Amino acid sequence: MRRVLGLVVGLLIGLASTGCSSPASSERTVRVFAAASLTKVFTELGGQFEKSHPGVRVVFNFDGSSGLVDQLKGGAKADVFASADEKNMTNTVNASLTSGQQVIFASNVLTLVTAPGNPKKITGLNSTLTGTKLVICDVAVPCGSATTALAAKLGITLDPKSKESKVTDVLGKVTSGEADAGIVYATDARGAGAKVEAVAIPGADQVVNRYPISVLAGAPQPQLAADFVQLVTAQAGKDVLGAAGFGLP
Amino acid sequence: MIRPLPGWAATLAIIGALFMGVPVVALLLRVPWLDVPRLLVSPAATDALALSLRTCLASTLLSLLLGLPLALALSRLRGRWKTVGRVLATVPMVLPPVVAGLALLVTFGRRGLIGQVLSVGGIEIGFTTIAVVISQTFVAMPFLVVAVEGALRSVDGEAELMAATLGASPTRVLWQVTLPALGPAIGSGASLAAARALGEFGATVTFAGSLQGTTRTLPLEIYLQREVDTDTSLALAAVLIGLAALLVLGTGVLGRVRTSR
Repeated sequence: MRRVLGLVVGLLIGLASTGCSSPASSERTVRVFAAASLTKVFTELGGQFEKSHPGVRVVFNFDGSSGLVDQLKGGAKADVFASADEKNMTNTVNASLTSGQQVIFASNVLTLVTAPGNPKKITGLNSTLTGTKLVICDVAVPCGSATTALAAKLGITLDPKSKESKVTDVLGKVTSGEADAGIVYATDARGAGAKVEAVAIPGADQVVNRYPISVLAGAPQPQLAADFVQLVTAQAGKDVLGAAGFGLP
Repeated sequence: MIRPLPGWAATLAIIGALFMGVPVVALLLRVPWLDVPRLLVSPAATDALALSLRTCLASTLLSLLLGLPLALALSRLRGRWKTVGRVLATVPMVLPPVVAGLALLVTFGRRGLIGQVLSVGGIEIGFTTIAVVISQTFVAMPFLVVAVEGALRSVDGEAELMAATLGASPTRVLWQVTLPALGPAIGSGASLAAARALGEFGATVTFAGSLQGTTRTLPLEIYLQREVDTDTSLALAAVLIGLAALLVLGTGVLGRVRTSR
């Protein structure tokens, strides 16, 4: 019986530990914590960085910005933090977790998305939305507070069928055909490709979401961290960000 | 008389109990109990609680109405068909919640298999409370079916045959012989189904949406509040755990009363 138990325990430990084998010691690793909306562009920039820095590996942790701040406050080791909004970067700076200056490297505005061909002939946050099924983000999350701010500035009261807690859920409701229209970030609309039609909101530039990036205090690789920030803010970074639909500072 | 367990089994049992119990206790320790009454009277919280109770009751009744006959039918199937039926009845139980939501979306959504037909008739289920009830029933009913079908295997077929030979109609046999013997299994199956319905999240968020008072149930409100105010989400979580515990406890007592009669 003991032998069987030992076998089971050994097997469990083996199964659980294969996922976290340590990297080769000759390789240097730069750890980047970045907002989930940056997944595509940062993965591409990470590839470029590894090419220009032989022997260096870029490891990403993509998550909601507030979740990343929680992890950093909890003592997670990282070199770079890129936030999807200034509020979460301010939280990080106030907790003395950053080193040096933060830089705004991208911006994002809200847009309407509809089914391809815009069958309901929606033209903006106006009376063309009357009688359509609109889905937005809840005010509790960043895309929702931006939506609420924009609606207030444009002087319109929205009547959504659902207030989702994630921007991807808003997009999902439109791509699946459940909703006639959704309000998402321009980059989300671009990322969805031909599955949705983006309808620019006249006046959307009144509410702009800015993305700051910073090297972190206690970064194990401060020089590589600075190099990565440099890449993101340089022309190479601008090209990739612009192609994904981000606005540039 | 107490039957002794081997030492190694008892040790593993204790580890198992701690593994399941400690996270719940840790959660309850983090709940800001003094603020709970204040946090729970917000309209968002009371709406979510009321909606959860209403939809949970509806989906449990629906599970009973459809799941009970399904379990009876399954128990009468033989051979290959029984295996197929059993697999079909338990699949929603093991589907990842989001997949369950997608499955419902491609069935009842506006462009779904059944949804597009309904849509022509002017019926659209998405973003309504009905969508919540459908999501909950889809994931909860298997628990009832499995519990009742399992119990049916040990029901004495002789008694049913006897009653039929004595001239009782199939309906009468069902009501007076089969169902009374199933009392405890129906009770525990229904309580499991209700508890699962109460905690339903993934299918609802994918299929029904999230709007206060219409589709935003307690688990959806907890998920949303976590973004802003952990205290509120913890207070709501305490309510959810309390309700689930009451459900399981209540039906346990009910089952004992029935069997002792």
